[in-house]
Amino acid sequence: MRFTVSPEQRDFAASIEDLLRDVDTPTVVRAWARGEHQPGLALWRRLAELGVTALAGPEEHDGIGASAVDLAVAIEVLGRHAVPGPVVESIAAVPVLLADSGDTRWLPGLAAGELIGTLAWPPQVPYALDADIADVRLCVSDGRLHEFTPGEPLSSVDSARRLSAVDVTVDRGTAKAGRTWRYGVLACAAQLLGAGRRLLGMSVEYATQRSQYGNPIGGYQAVKHLLADVVTQLELARPLLYGAAVSLDARHATAERDVSAARVACADAACLAARTALQVHGAIGYTAEHDLSLWLTKVRALRSAWGTQSWHRRRVLTALLNERRAA
Amino acid sequence: MSVDLELDRRTLDFRAEVRAWLAENVPDKPLDSFDTAAGFEQHREWEARLADARLSVVAWPEEFGGRDASLLEWVIFEEEYYAARAPGRVNQNGIFMLAPTLFTHGTPEQQRRILPKMARSDQVWAQAWSEPDAGSDIASLRSTATRTDDGWLLSGQKTWSSRATFADAAFGLFRSDPDSERHRGLTYLMFDLRADGVRVRPIPQLDGETGFAEIFLDDVFVPDSDVIGEPGDGWRVAMTTANNERGLSLRSPGRFLAAANRLLDLWQREGDPADTALAERVADAWIDARAYQLYTFETVTRLAEGGELGPESSVNKLFWSTLDLDLHETALDVLGPEAELRGDWLDGWLFSLAGPIYGGTDQVQRNTIAERLLGLPRGPR
Repeated sequence: MRFTVSPEQRDFAASIEDLLRDVDTPTVVRAWARGEHQPGLALWRRLAELGVTALAGPEEHDGIGASAVDLAVAIEVLGRHAVPGPVVESIAAVPVLLADSGDTRWLPGLAAGELIGTLAWPPQVPYALDADIADVRLCVSDGRLHEFTPGEPLSSVDSARRLSAVDVTVDRGTAKAGRTWRYGVLACAAQLLGAGRRLLGMSVEYATQRSQYGNPIGGYQAVKHLLADVVTQLELARPLLYGAAVSLDARHATAERDVSAARVACADAACLAARTALQVHGAIGYTAEHDLSLWLTKVRALRSAWGTQSWHRRRVLTALLNERRAA
Repeated sequence: MSVDLELDRRTLDFRAEVRAWLAENVPDKPLDSFDTAAGFEQHREWEARLADARLSVVAWPEEFGGRDASLLEWVIFEEEYYAARAPGRVNQNGIFMLAPTLFTHGTPEQQRRILPKMARSDQVWAQAWSEPDAGSDIASLRSTATRTDDGWLLSGQKTWSSRATFADAAFGLFRSDPDSERHRGLTYLMFDLRADGVRVRPIPQLDGETGFAEIFLDDVFVPDSDVIGEPGDGWRVAMTTANNERGLSLRSPGRFLAAANRLLDLWQREGDPADTALAERVADAWIDARAYQLYTFETVTRLAEGGELGPESSVNKLFWSTLDLDLHETALDVLGPEAELRGDWLDGWLFSLAGPIYGGTDQVQRNTIAERLLGLPRGPR
């Protein structure tokens, strides 16, 4: 038993962190939201050079075939920096879906960061993210794999999430999608955890600098206690995320339960981080101009992308009760 | 291999042994509460049986009755212990609070004299931290230790002393330098609860039992050999104990996982599947217990690789105290109108109510987390 990420994984996370710290991601995110995708796509290509977009794809198709733990490590960092684009879909879910379904044409392009993939999966994921710029547009519906053309564009609370309705066109056969769902949920949880940690970091920094009544507001217990609750929730969500990744890698029968538990905890922790961040920042945090808004809105959107909290809780409970009946 | 949640052969063998022994030996009928006179003695006998199997203090060195178990083996032992619904640990103040202090600061003579008796619960310990005017602010304590020939005379009043009603001895901090203030001039002492000058007044708790007591001390003699660490250095010595209580030792994940599994049993038997709000709370109870287990595995890994417990122990305490309360309230809500009747879940709930208070209140923990983990400015208390 050794429950911590390895030095190699830590180095990998640090290399992504270094890249993203040098990029002004808020500017990239705002451009993406205006429909100017070039800076964002350039960022994806730089992430591809580090291997991020190749993680989930199999080695025989130019992927890395990395572990789910590696994937969670990387996507947590992307969440921390609010990297725009279909992170969950293109980096985690679509490569797994294509590999499992034996449809390998696009895998090398996705791994190289030259192609972007998106995925809809009604009823949990009814709208496709960034379908207007995606090269690979898939939809899992009633056990079938389809291609689709993007329908009506829709506005998300997170203006960098460009959603569209799905007009199914080509049926590409039976979808082998069980693992895809689990990788998607895991990636969604990882992104939320990263975003939550960033929101906490911004809040702590602001509470240290901002003075009222002659003292930094972070010196007041009312503020301290809010932030202590946030870090506690985030700290306890992380082991569920990595525990779920271990279950996926070991192909445990409990993997589905574990990814749902991780998503519940990561989303709740990130949402607490978001609400607390807004409260700590006060009025400035309520402006579109402040970068806080980018994380605040993303967390809200991700909370109901890839299944609602209630849906995942029911999944966890059903799995636990089934395990008991089987035992 | 990066992250690995599998247990090695040695740990698996140990778990199998513990599981088999508990299956064989845990009494079918629960013992009476250890906060009753009869129950206290039943629990003392149980501890002796555990000790005979060298299972009462698995993490201790062999010479004192333990097995030199690793931290991971200890966590596994606790999981098995709670899953088997084995009796509560009547000597937990001694085993989990005093013993770590003795291992760190005690003399070899103290260790030889005290630890083997503790391992068998031939001597059961009460804690004597709080005073009427020193609760969260323990450094404001006023009980005194006055120098006398070959020892000290203790005077003053301690309160909320767990197990003091029936225990044999107690440990706590006393002000040995009358001119000192706050953390300075305190001495860590052990004293016999049956010594001349000691009067114990039991305090009935919410559940009607006398789990804690007041201790009145009037010139109680304590020999020098019962001082732990240097006189005047008691605060530093006590911090070892405090960190232990709030951290891993006292509240092992097995406790909450076992309770969450019992809640699932209860839900399966009596839950109304149409009550989706309650169903989600049942799911949350398990998710939180699982999170706490995995968080503990992270901590075990960190410590095994030379790291320290640090302010993360306050994260532990804040999380489990909330989890325990939420879990028991959920169970009572599943029970519906039966919830108010005395029973295991109600007893568990009453106990869980104390969690956010003892061992440092949730508010004190939040201050520690904010200042020491997040680096926020230290404020007035």
